[in-house]
Amino acid sequence: MASDTKHLEVTLDTHVESVNLAEEMCLRVAESAGFGEDDCYRIGMSVREGVINAFHYGNQERPDKKIHLAVDITPEKMIIHVLDEGKGFDLKGVPDPLAQENLLSTSGRGIFLMRAFMDEFDVVPGRTGGAEIIMSKKLPSGNDPSTNNEGGQNASPQHGA
Amino acid sequence: MDLRATYRDAGVVTVVDIGGRITLGEGSALLRKTIRELLEEGRRKILLNLADVNYIDSSGIGELVTAFTTVKKSGGDLKLLHLTKKVHDLLQLTKLFTVFDVYSDENTALSSFR
Repeated sequence: MASDTKHLEVTLDTHVESVNLAEEMCLRVAESAGFGEDDCYRIGMSVREGVINAFHYGNQERPDKKIHLAVDITPEKMIIHVLDEGKGFDLKGVPDPLAQENLLSTSGRGIFLMRAFMDEFDVVPGRTGGAEIIMSKKLPSGNDPSTNNEGGQNASPQHGA
Repeated sequence: MDLRATYRDAGVVTVVDIGGRITLGEGSALLRKTIRELLEEGRRKILLNLADVNYIDSSGIGELVTAFTTVKKSGGDLKLLHLTKKVHDLLQLTKLFTVFDVYSDENTALSSFR
């Protein structure tokens, strides 16, 4: 990992409360990296949806499985990884929630929201055999995360963990 | 902030005032429980006042859809009132604006049920 990348990772239980915990953690990192209120909302929502996906679809809500969350702040962007311990899935097989026949579906909008709210989004096979969501958002222009301590300096990610 | 929901009568319509976050877990569960109780009491014309709902995730959106379809299947109607910007934008993004009847004025919303 490049020395100018800050890295933070945490292993979460497969529990509803992990969704809020992950959102809160990433919001603090995003604020510390200089993102404004609207982008923080989009990042927080995307992390929620990624962890809900891991909790529900990946780990099938099984408490013996874990959710692995990692955040990298590079000079250009904030990158978020959400890895589950499920069986993985093919992004191409996810139904379009905007299709007329799916509009009244009670689920299946999480990936759509992550795609809409982040600059880059992908799902790859993870090292656990599960799915790994990788998504990123470009840092605000003119921002230098190494010197920006506004709104959450206590939650700054650690170097090179 | 957790979700809270209270309801009041406005003629034949039941207005449900909701506040907080409609998200995975307790928030979604409370909305489901509230709608179920209203239907059990025979209240089938329901106006959800979302003025104080400051956050909703995909689970919350799913719960709104569930509420809508459940009330419709029981022969009733469910409409939305006073969306905050975040909820408004999410419903627009997910094309649910084409599904729900949405109002910004309570009297107009109440009149629409008659």
